[in-house]
Amino acid sequence: MKKLILSIQSLLLGLSIYAQDIAPQTERVATGLRSDAKIYVVVAVLVTILAGLFVYIVRLDKKISRMEKS
Amino acid sequence: MRGYWWKILTIVLLTYTFIAGFLIPVPDVGNLEQTIRNLFFHVPMWFGQLTLITVSLVYSILYLRKPEARHDIYASEFAKTGIVFGMLGLVTGMIWANYTWGAPWNNDPKQLGAAIALLIYLAYFILRNSMTDIDKRARVSAVYNIFAYFIYVPMIMVLPRMVESLHPGGKGVEGNPGFGGQDLDATMRTVFWPAVIGWILLGIWITTLRLRLQLLEEKKTYTSLAS
Repeated sequence: MKKLILSIQSLLLGLSIYAQDIAPQTERVATGLRSDAKIYVVVAVLVTILAGLFVYIVRLDKKISRMEKS
Repeated sequence: MRGYWWKILTIVLLTYTFIAGFLIPVPDVGNLEQTIRNLFFHVPMWFGQLTLITVSLVYSILYLRKPEARHDIYASEFAKTGIVFGMLGLVTGMIWANYTWGAPWNNDPKQLGAAIALLIYLAYFILRNSMTDIDKRARVSAVYNIFAYFIYVPMIMVLPRMVESLHPGGKGVEGNPGFGGQDLDATMRTVFWPAVIGWILLGIWITTLRLRLQLLEEKKTYTSLAS
């Protein structure tokens, strides 16, 4: 029994060391939209605004087309 | 599809500009650093304005050759969108100048020329709105519009090239290492020209919407007068 607890303890200890080893690294290595100094976030925001404006202008265009038909 | 392919092209080109404009690698030019990317947004405003007021000029000439109310409306609406583009160009230029030339307004010949040219175009609308007689208004403002165009072009394209200017292309570019046609590298060209075309098309799109509304209004008053 004592042997088992000890072995689990050593395993957990190993895990905790592993976790500490990996934690700062996952913070440093930015992935996806966070990579390249988070410039992709800016691109995402701008594309969203642009898309919103396009939706707006397309709807306006359609509305005028409807008015022209009636 | 036949009628609206260019609207899809507008959306595609501008979306491409907004993505690639931030992600492509840019050359290191003087103190511009990352602001060189403004080339994809500030400069197309002027290309857009020049295109729109050129179309306006064509319709003014058409009106003088053949006085149709439609030509007058086209001329004024294209000039209107042109002014909006010009103002955006002026303001974005001032923001850019503040961080690269040290101040928003440097009395740079191109800045002054653009400001004067904009005032001349604003006067076009004051002139238009000062007349109640529709035919007279159309004729006088067509003549004025032609005058305004031929003042605008030397102001913004000829004069800044003949004197010292902070803008690229001027005589002596002290203080700001400008990028002329040869300094704009191949990667930047792949974003710059699509951006220019995209913005021009957007300007035309907005103007056509305004024109259609204007013509609808016209039709409404005409039918209400007839009945």
